[in-house]
Amino acid sequence: MTMRNAARGTRISRRRALALLTAGPVAAMTWTSAEAEQAHEHATQARAQRQPAAAYKRKFFSAHEYATVGVLADLVIPRDERSGSATDAGVPEFMDFMMIDQPRRQVAMRGGLALLDTLSQDRCGKRFVSAADRERRALLDEIAYTSNPDPGLRHAVAFFSSFRDLTATGFFTSKMGVADLHYVGNVFVDEWTGCPDAALQKLGVTY
Amino acid sequence: MQIIRQPKVYDVCIVGSGAGGGMAAKVLCEAGADVVMLEAGPMWDAAKDSKMSAWSYDSPRRGAATPSKPFGEFDGCLGGWDIDGEPYTQAAGSTFDWFRGRMLGGRTNHWGRISLRMGPDDFRRKSLDGLGDDWPIGYDDIQPYYDKLDRLVGIFGSVENLPNEPDGVFLPAPKPRCYELLIKQAADKLRITCIANRLSILTQPLNGRPACHYCGQCGRGCATHSNFSSPSVLLPPALATGKLRIITGAMAREVLTDESGLTTGVSYVNKADRRDYAVRARIVVLAASACETARLLLNSTSGRFPDGVANSSGVVGRNLTDSTGLGVTGHIPKMEHGIAHNEDGASGAHLYMPWWLDNKNLDFPRGYHIELGGGRRMPGFGVLGGIQRFNGVGGYGTSLKEDYRRFYGATVNFAGRGEMIPNADTYCEIDPNVVDAYGIPVLRFHAKFSDHEVLQARHMQETFRELIHTMGGTPLTPMPTREDNYGLENVGRIIHEVGTTRMGNDPATSVLNANCQAHDVKNLFVADGGPFVSNAHKNCTWTILALAMRTAEHIARSRNQGTL
Repeated sequence: MTMRNAARGTRISRRRALALLTAGPVAAMTWTSAEAEQAHEHATQARAQRQPAAAYKRKFFSAHEYATVGVLADLVIPRDERSGSATDAGVPEFMDFMMIDQPRRQVAMRGGLALLDTLSQDRCGKRFVSAADRERRALLDEIAYTSNPDPGLRHAVAFFSSFRDLTATGFFTSKMGVADLHYVGNVFVDEWTGCPDAALQKLGVTY
Repeated sequence: MQIIRQPKVYDVCIVGSGAGGGMAAKVLCEAGADVVMLEAGPMWDAAKDSKMSAWSYDSPRRGAATPSKPFGEFDGCLGGWDIDGEPYTQAAGSTFDWFRGRMLGGRTNHWGRISLRMGPDDFRRKSLDGLGDDWPIGYDDIQPYYDKLDRLVGIFGSVENLPNEPDGVFLPAPKPRCYELLIKQAADKLRITCIANRLSILTQPLNGRPACHYCGQCGRGCATHSNFSSPSVLLPPALATGKLRIITGAMAREVLTDESGLTTGVSYVNKADRRDYAVRARIVVLAASACETARLLLNSTSGRFPDGVANSSGVVGRNLTDSTGLGVTGHIPKMEHGIAHNEDGASGAHLYMPWWLDNKNLDFPRGYHIELGGGRRMPGFGVLGGIQRFNGVGGYGTSLKEDYRRFYGATVNFAGRGEMIPNADTYCEIDPNVVDAYGIPVLRFHAKFSDHEVLQARHMQETFRELIHTMGGTPLTPMPTREDNYGLENVGRIIHEVGTTRMGNDPATSVLNANCQAHDVKNLFVADGGPFVSNAHKNCTWTILALAMRTAEHIARSRNQGTL
């Protein structure tokens, strides 16, 4: 933890130090060797964490629920020309994990999926996963809009809103989703120079 | 109970390793004292334990909160609102939220690095408006310590010469983000002062620490030590003297005293073996956090101190305040379809709005400042939630996906942090019936806002909404009502609790004298937020640090002069 011997940073040495943190190759030291080692270990661990996990084993959803989650999530966020769909981004796995991690979500999720099947049965005589795409969309046209004033559908609308939120988190926090949003941060910036001209112009502001 | 007493007598025992404890350790070790420090949590080293630069997708939880990480799993602070085995209770009708750090450095691993000096008026509010009490010291007494602190730790900001917002010894402030300039445009129109923020984050290398690399993740713990935390800045030089021994996992139970009424050290439970130990010291400095220090004093009862050590006044635990706080988020159409660029910047806002009005013309007596945020942050758990608040309906499918892209980053948020005036209904005391898992009686909280705070909250709400409207935007939440205290967070929620062992010249109405020395026990000092007499809207950490430096220098000087 001692920083006593750390070289006084300059632009160059700092860049080297940061390169050490991110990439790991042991270059010229600007920190103590102990710190460099820690930095290297940190970077290695971080990379190891990013290895794709083995095939996910669901822990919360039944097989039927899991199939429903996949179909519903892809209706919320489908594939388009810019990126893949919710299931492409691993949203069902994420949802299953969160149900175990935050058990307070379980009843509302389970009950909401059951309600979805009930409504689907009412409308087309089939559970949601067995309904045709057209039939599924007809149901979502009723429950996916908070503007729907039908009090009889209030619970289904609330469930869908919550499912949509969790789908958005699962998708946009994935590598695919981060790229889709064009989030370009979480990098080492050697010198902060503010926002680019194009961004300033768009908002009508200047330095 | 059997206590395992260690033979060594230290010069000083410090309870707590956060802002106050870390500063006391640095000053006292460098002055040549043998110091033992008790920390209730484990060791933690940002260089290897931090989750800095992790992506949300590095975890299956995607950064969501957990019971032990209420600010998200990547957060650098161990502890939280609820800690296993360490309950606290509420008096009927009260809600106080108590966030405790349990790790080396305590809550300096949590805070937002907003480093504001209190101003000259803040030390003499009673003289100015008749409410609360004056401090026994003034700005001139603490100003040299603020200056030394700025040079030691490093803080960016801009020199503004505002009357009650003293300038510091500033490093250059980073340029604002583009949406912050948009906020400033609105603030200028409304004649609200909007200036460079004052954060203890290095924009230039300082004292062997490298400058910030602008990842915007201070809260995860900075692996390059480019911001302030006690383990990054204060404990390394203390340890380098060879004079500091840190005992982690040590839950302080009692301040020990002898027949003459002096303290002789501190007893603690070692969490690992659950046995009681005692460290002996000639001087004790409590820096366990305002409420934990009050608890420790109140639990230290004896024939000589039936109401707890240093509590002949009955004031320990009283005068508890937090900052007031609430936030409003607005959707800003002008920011839709944002141009992709990295605006992480230094963690936290690059601008802020200090209190800009005169309370003489208002229906509440004390001010607040405005913290701000928004823009294109790393997508984390909850990102783009409640899309129906943006597009009015929610929806699904291709058009929804387009909406997510359109609205990502198109928000700003404003958070008020205001001054709460101490009141007779807000305090902590020992719960007569409840102990923690170590058998230590726990705190019971009483908490209540007065109209002073509620009316201030209404002003915050109205101001934030006006700012959002001026930017052409829409607040995402409706204006709360008086019944909801206008959206005020619970007392404690802002994690700026202070005042429980306040300073003063009169031993009948204060716990500590003007040197943060207990009136009743001359070798006992407090170096956390407890000594505050009032809680200016200046986020307490910088003043805790400056006061702790002043207190520790006083201790060292007194020891060297033989008066302690």
